[in-house]
Amino acid sequence: MRKKKKKHDHSTVNSVLIRRPIQRCFPLFILPTFACFVIGFVWPFLQGIYLSFCTFNTPRDAKWVGFQNYVRAFTDAGFRHAFWNTAAFAVVSIILINVLAFFIAYALTQHIKGANLFRTVFFMPNLIGGVVLGYIWSMIFNAILKGYNTYLTANATYGFWGLVILVAWQQIGYMMIIYIAGLQAVPGDMLEAAKIDGATGWQTLTRVIIPNVMPSTTICTFLTLTNSFKLFDQNLALTGGAPSVMLENTKVNMTELLALNIFSTYNINKNYHGAAQAKAVVFFILVAVLALAQQRATRSKEVQQ
Amino acid sequence: MKKKLFVLFLAFAMVFAFAACGGGGGSDSGSDEGTGSVYWLNMKPEADEALQGLAAAYTEETGVPCKVVTAASGSYSDTQTAEMAKSEPPTLFNVGNMSALKDWEDYCLTLDGTDFMNELTTTDFNLKNEAGETKAIGWIYESYGIITNKALLEKAGHSLDEIKDFDSLKAVADDIHARAGELGFDAFTSAGLDDSSSWRFSGHLANMPLFYEFRDDGIVDKPAEIKGTYMDNFKKIWDLYITDSAQDPTSLTTATGDQAEAEFGEGKAVFYQNGTWEWAALTADKFQMNPDDITMIPIYCGVDGEEKAGLCSGTENCLAVNSQASEANQQATLDFLKWCVTSDKGIEVLSSIGDIPFKKAPESANGFSRAGAEMLANGNYACTWAFNFTPNVDSFRATLVTALAAYSADPSDANWDGVVKAFVDGWAYEYGVENN
Repeated sequence: MRKKKKKHDHSTVNSVLIRRPIQRCFPLFILPTFACFVIGFVWPFLQGIYLSFCTFNTPRDAKWVGFQNYVRAFTDAGFRHAFWNTAAFAVVSIILINVLAFFIAYALTQHIKGANLFRTVFFMPNLIGGVVLGYIWSMIFNAILKGYNTYLTANATYGFWGLVILVAWQQIGYMMIIYIAGLQAVPGDMLEAAKIDGATGWQTLTRVIIPNVMPSTTICTFLTLTNSFKLFDQNLALTGGAPSVMLENTKVNMTELLALNIFSTYNINKNYHGAAQAKAVVFFILVAVLALAQQRATRSKEVQQ
Repeated sequence: MKKKLFVLFLAFAMVFAFAACGGGGGSDSGSDEGTGSVYWLNMKPEADEALQGLAAAYTEETGVPCKVVTAASGSYSDTQTAEMAKSEPPTLFNVGNMSALKDWEDYCLTLDGTDFMNELTTTDFNLKNEAGETKAIGWIYESYGIITNKALLEKAGHSLDEIKDFDSLKAVADDIHARAGELGFDAFTSAGLDDSSSWRFSGHLANMPLFYEFRDDGIVDKPAEIKGTYMDNFKKIWDLYITDSAQDPTSLTTATGDQAEAEFGEGKAVFYQNGTWEWAALTADKFQMNPDDITMIPIYCGVDGEEKAGLCSGTENCLAVNSQASEANQQATLDFLKWCVTSDKGIEVLSSIGDIPFKKAPESANGFSRAGAEMLANGNYACTWAFNFTPNVDSFRATLVTALAAYSADPSDANWDGVVKAFVDGWAYEYGVENN
């Protein structure tokens, strides 16, 4: 406890005399938030893992059954179908959203007239809730498809691309803002140097600008990846998993993604609560592993200035 | 170091103080083990106000604490799961159908021989477990059929007396549809397959083939498989709905329940398949139609002897008493239920919510219910809600809706086979899922 007396700072706020008592009290300050975090996140999370090994109706009557729920989760054709759906959806939407968001951001940093207005307009879809968007877009799609004598839930293809369009429309604006921040941070002298050296516009873009906005790309791909995997409201409101089709000896909801599949599994009956919980744990591990791997991969491409 | 420990201690003391505050608030409303208390977790949001008044009146009269909590529309099972896990769980709760009974049987007190049950005029709406014990009591029931606008029917030169069975219904509907342009209204409202409307067909209309098949085969418990004997009849009535209507059959997936209701309420269609619960919306709140102009007829689908059919009556409102609540609370709940169906105040409130199958119930204020009662009095048979046996009901219905939508957009034989597959194979599949 007894430390050497430090030289006093000029600013009184940073004074050790003031700082030290505050630092000593740190548990008191973090405790409310920490308690909330434990009650609202850590405890339910641990209980959730425990419940994935149980059969239960309410958490009070849980009975331990071992790995049975995991066996059921992995042998469920609907879960596997939802996984491949989600994977395909994630790949398509990550590419689409990031490429479009980057180019819109690039265009809007080229000093064009009304850039601020465009930024606001592009960002706005992000302010609308997923369920509302789902219903609105299902009306839009159905109105368009009606002209071709068909409808959104007629087959899985419409539902899939409908969801891609919806999510792209919603998230491009958000990612655009992050890219704009990245683009504005590209040092002017570097761009000037490239110009003097005779670099073409394309060379400047690929050799100077893109390497410099890699930190933004890291964040944006991380966000789009996790968003695509966790997607729920939009999926529920747009198609609700429909069409729901009987195949050989089994049944699949053709446009269901993982989160919605977990939700509908839970609602079958009490025998499925455990299986849904097991799926949720698998889902968590999957998202965590993917997100960490992706972070590591893009981080390594970032340049230090 | 000491100071740090002291701070930690303070922090924990603070947390416990908060926890104690929360706990203290709860124990006030908790039960007194001596007299017990009633906690009704109600499923019908539209009945909330009436039931709150009922609970207050009971507490005032007897001094027994009585609490009614209503789950938000469509979230009953979530709320129920959460509430049942609490230390003061509901003592009285809803069990919707046989599937729900399977989930909650461990929590249901056997109600045979209770005063509440002895007041019933019919046990048809009750839910029994495999041992034959009554576990939940249908306290309010509803009927559905084809709501008909008699005034428009007469305007088109027809009368209600003409409609005796499917063929006569089809003749009238075809005629009205053919002259829709000239008359300014069509035969049927839109048969929307949007989520807000599809249950009228995947649940209620699909009851027709189920009911007749079960009646033929004498089925009284959930079967593992169905045969689909009456699927041709289902096709007949569905074809009629989508053909004799102003709605384009390719866009049924976007047609909503509100749309169909408005079409009927605004006099744009003569027939509208729905239930007794529509009475208030049609005659008072929303559309203010003349109560004498509208009535309800049975759903005809071309089955032999259907001239004697009545409305489809049943319920998803079955009350169960929580067998895992304390003895005192169980007893208090049974006393409360008895009071509800024997006292004037109780009967008055319950019958204001809907039709109740109790001895003291007055005649219904609902014109559709009166029409149904009249049919029964004339010796017609009631179609029970066979769909209450449907396994994994939401998933079963979703598959059926998908198939119906595909068939409606392109009414080919192959697409109808898809509907039959969703119905027959879907049943067997969902039964397997549920009992896996």
